[in-house]
Amino acid sequence: MSVGILGTKLGMTQIFDRETGVAIPVTVVQAGPCTVTQIKTKQTDGYEALQLGYESVKPKALSKPELGHLEKAGASPLRHLKEYRLSDVSAYELGQEIKADIFSAGQLVDVSGLTIGRGFAGYQKRHNFRRGLMSHGSKSHRLPGSTGPGTTPGRIFPGKKMAGRYGGTQVTIRKLEVVRIDTEQNVLLIRGSVPGKPGTLLNIRPANIVGQAA
Amino acid sequence: MNAEAIIRSIEAEYIKSDLPVIHIGDTVRVGVRIKEGGKERVQPYEGTVIARRHGGINETITVRKVFQGVGVERVFLLHSPRVDSIKVLRRGKVRRAKLFYLRDRIGNKATRIKQRFDRSL
Repeated sequence: MSVGILGTKLGMTQIFDRETGVAIPVTVVQAGPCTVTQIKTKQTDGYEALQLGYESVKPKALSKPELGHLEKAGASPLRHLKEYRLSDVSAYELGQEIKADIFSAGQLVDVSGLTIGRGFAGYQKRHNFRRGLMSHGSKSHRLPGSTGPGTTPGRIFPGKKMAGRYGGTQVTIRKLEVVRIDTEQNVLLIRGSVPGKPGTLLNIRPANIVGQAA
Repeated sequence: MNAEAIIRSIEAEYIKSDLPVIHIGDTVRVGVRIKEGGKERVQPYEGTVIARRHGGINETITVRKVFQGVGVERVFLLHSPRVDSIKVLRRGKVRRAKLFYLRDRIGNKATRIKQRFDRSL
């Protein structure tokens, strides 16, 4: 359990490895700066955690209770708050800035965010069903086919894949490599793609590797 | 800085400034860096530019040549460090942006592109 950072997806590009000349696909992420807005300790809250705020906004965008909470930390109005559970929070203090330099090049990270919303999507887009014939008298162009047996059981089993809302859900992409860091601009270059469109809020934290104590 | 400007500034470090002006139909010699058993050398590849794709750091050209009666096409990522050098040998006169019709042509004469002299090498 270590502290992560909130960021914004800026877009994708590719860069080249100077030695081998291989093109590396990277996502450019604005990571922070985040402000420590609350420190939760065992005595006060029963567990240890750090609350970070990201993306400064106009005061009128927030409610009075939200503004009051941020004022306690001496932070400017911030849109997003996120908690990171830690084993020890004594190294941090209220109002401290967390920047992209908590990561290093070559480190593995987990990136969470909302995927692109696709609205009410059909069988092909949502579940990769095969489509029917488009011609030769066929009318089952994008239909699901059979959804199950007949009189017995006389119902459709729960969990049957059907059309419906697709995308717009939180997804974590695990173990992505940090290719480069720009500490001046707080920009991370992460190998591969991350959820959502440019401008989406991302939660970036050191990779959680199963079987390895963080 | 906005997102677009940040991405451009990252790409700027990798974009080559010394690339020649390449038009469709030109004959070019591309120096390709090749690693063989720990040794690196530059291998030339010569042919006609039949297509250009994408822009900025993703820009590529497709170079076609006929080698031992077999058509060969290679796509080069222009800004890649593996592309060591590009030299324009001959300017061609063509009326298309994509010369895919050359793939269907057979014979030396039919695949020839007229040279144009109003563009400098």
